[in-house]
Amino acid sequence: MKPERGTGVEVRLEELHRHYGSTRALDGLDLTLRPGELVALLGPSGCGKTTALRILAGLDEPTSGRVLVDGRDVTTVPANKRDMGMVFQAYSLFPHLTAQANVEFGLKLRKVDRARRAARAREMLDLVGLADQASRYATELSGGQQQRVALARALAIEPSVLLLDEPLSALDAKVRTQLRDEIRRVQLEVGTTTLFVTHDQEEALAMADRVGVMSKGVLQQLDTPQELYAHPVNAFVADFVGLMNRVPAEVADGRVRLLGTEVATLDGSVTDGAGVALLRPEQLTVRPDPDGTAEVVDVMFSGAVSRLRLRAGEQELVSQLSGSALSGLSAGTRVRLGVDAERLLVTAP
Amino acid sequence: MTPRQAARARLTTFRVVVLVLVGLFFLVPLLSMLDFSTRNFTGTGRTGAAWALLVTDPLLRGSIITSLVLAVLTVVLMLVLLVPTMIWVRLRVPWVARPLEFFCLLPLTVPPLVLVVGLKNVVLWLNFLFGDTPYVLTFLYVVLVLPYAYRALDAGLSAIDVPTLAEAARSLGAGWATVITRVVVPNIRTALLSASFISIALVLGEFTFASLLNYNTLQVVINLQSKANAQESVAASLASILFAAVLLIILSVVSGGRRGRAVASAAPLPTGTAPAAAPAGTAGS
Repeated sequence: MKPERGTGVEVRLEELHRHYGSTRALDGLDLTLRPGELVALLGPSGCGKTTALRILAGLDEPTSGRVLVDGRDVTTVPANKRDMGMVFQAYSLFPHLTAQANVEFGLKLRKVDRARRAARAREMLDLVGLADQASRYATELSGGQQQRVALARALAIEPSVLLLDEPLSALDAKVRTQLRDEIRRVQLEVGTTTLFVTHDQEEALAMADRVGVMSKGVLQQLDTPQELYAHPVNAFVADFVGLMNRVPAEVADGRVRLLGTEVATLDGSVTDGAGVALLRPEQLTVRPDPDGTAEVVDVMFSGAVSRLRLRAGEQELVSQLSGSALSGLSAGTRVRLGVDAERLLVTAP
Repeated sequence: MTPRQAARARLTTFRVVVLVLVGLFFLVPLLSMLDFSTRNFTGTGRTGAAWALLVTDPLLRGSIITSLVLAVLTVVLMLVLLVPTMIWVRLRVPWVARPLEFFCLLPLTVPPLVLVVGLKNVVLWLNFLFGDTPYVLTFLYVVLVLPYAYRALDAGLSAIDVPTLAEAARSLGAGWATVITRVVVPNIRTALLSASFISIALVLGEFTFASLLNYNTLQVVINLQSKANAQESVAASLASILFAAVLLIILSVVSGGRRGRAVASAAPLPTGTAPAAAPAGTAGS
């Protein structure tokens, strides 16, 4: 009954537009989900990510564009005929039903007989680790448990696509991390093509095969978390994903000069003249030097790696160092800054 | 005794006194009605003759049946009109919620006398269409119970996240009818009961419409009988009050006993309409 990994379907959103009056929630979104992969849509609120997910679910209609699932155009198919499982941001368990009955709900609508229904519900509750809570009502479950039951309910119908609309945002930090790992484990186990919408970059980077960063209704970049982090295509993506330092720099012949070093530029950088180089905290090296141009403002120790807040002239910078590299550095230490990167994105000043 | 304990003791005493006073305020007239309706004026001891008339007097019996049927019809029509409309407004056209609330609460602001005079012509049409039957009052009573039923249902619907539950159900394969019947309605059961019971109580206690339109409902007959047989009229009044009280007790038991998973909607009782109570001046006269 359980689909194998890789049996998911391909999902394509083509040139999706959604306009509310003069507001363009989606402005020509193109997105393809490969069979069985988990794609996270990441972006600030109002960027259109939830609209995209709702259109895919059939809960909203695009102004123009197409939604294709496994090559089939489902743009005008109503939500209840789309065969997609969804977990919502708000708790959505039916309050009058037990966890088990909630999971069985979709199967009952599909006229699955009682015995198979119960077996499938138990299997799904087992998958999310809640087999012993089957007879409880939503009000008797914690937030994290409710979202797990919601996940079990969405998966019970063996949907072709799983949609997750910020399912973790109402939970506290610890539960969120646990459930995040759990959702990923379950998704890998069932192999359903999954679209996950979130504004939490940590969540997106930790869970997804690929992450799509959205802004103003347009997909800015769709890439693996590693690529997205290391090679952002523009300043928005660079800024939105992870911390970024902005350092004035000079570009010439495809190379950028800054902090006494020269490195190659990434595609999309300015080609000549003054610019602003974008550096990750771990790309900014720090060495104690009484003649250095920067000064340590404070050191935030957090286990294996620590963050340093630095001031160089008027500018504030952040560096990330491993524990051993911290020796000799404390608030007030004069330091020399350097760059440890092969290529950098340089934007116009 | 610490000052705090003393204050608490004073508060407890105050509460008990208030409770007893309020209890007496309600109980004394009811006990008086029971006493009066069972008093034997021609002999000694007690008699159930007046109470027996509730069943044996054809006029009274007929009016009880009329009122009960009217109550049922009103509840059915009210639920059929209001429940799908209110759910639909929440799901699809939330901007209509305000105007809908305004229209539903409007009857509250119009005195029944004004309402019935205004509706007289409508009743003529109803008589033309349905014949001269007291059951045409159903349409007027639906208007009358609208504010209370609306409030009760609104409280129930507000307590659940209707749009999210509906979307969850739809994503699982439910059509709109299934969403309403199998997801929303089971979660507003208490609100439905509350709206229904309040409507029943209101219909059983309604006098103005029926009297002015010349239909023999329970309250009209109670009023009529109070001039011929005061004991019988008081017995009928007490019976209808007890009936309404039983409905309200059932409501509180049902809403309290559902472990909080169903939504208890604290619908306000229609104030000023004294459910099932005889119109002023008829009971006990």
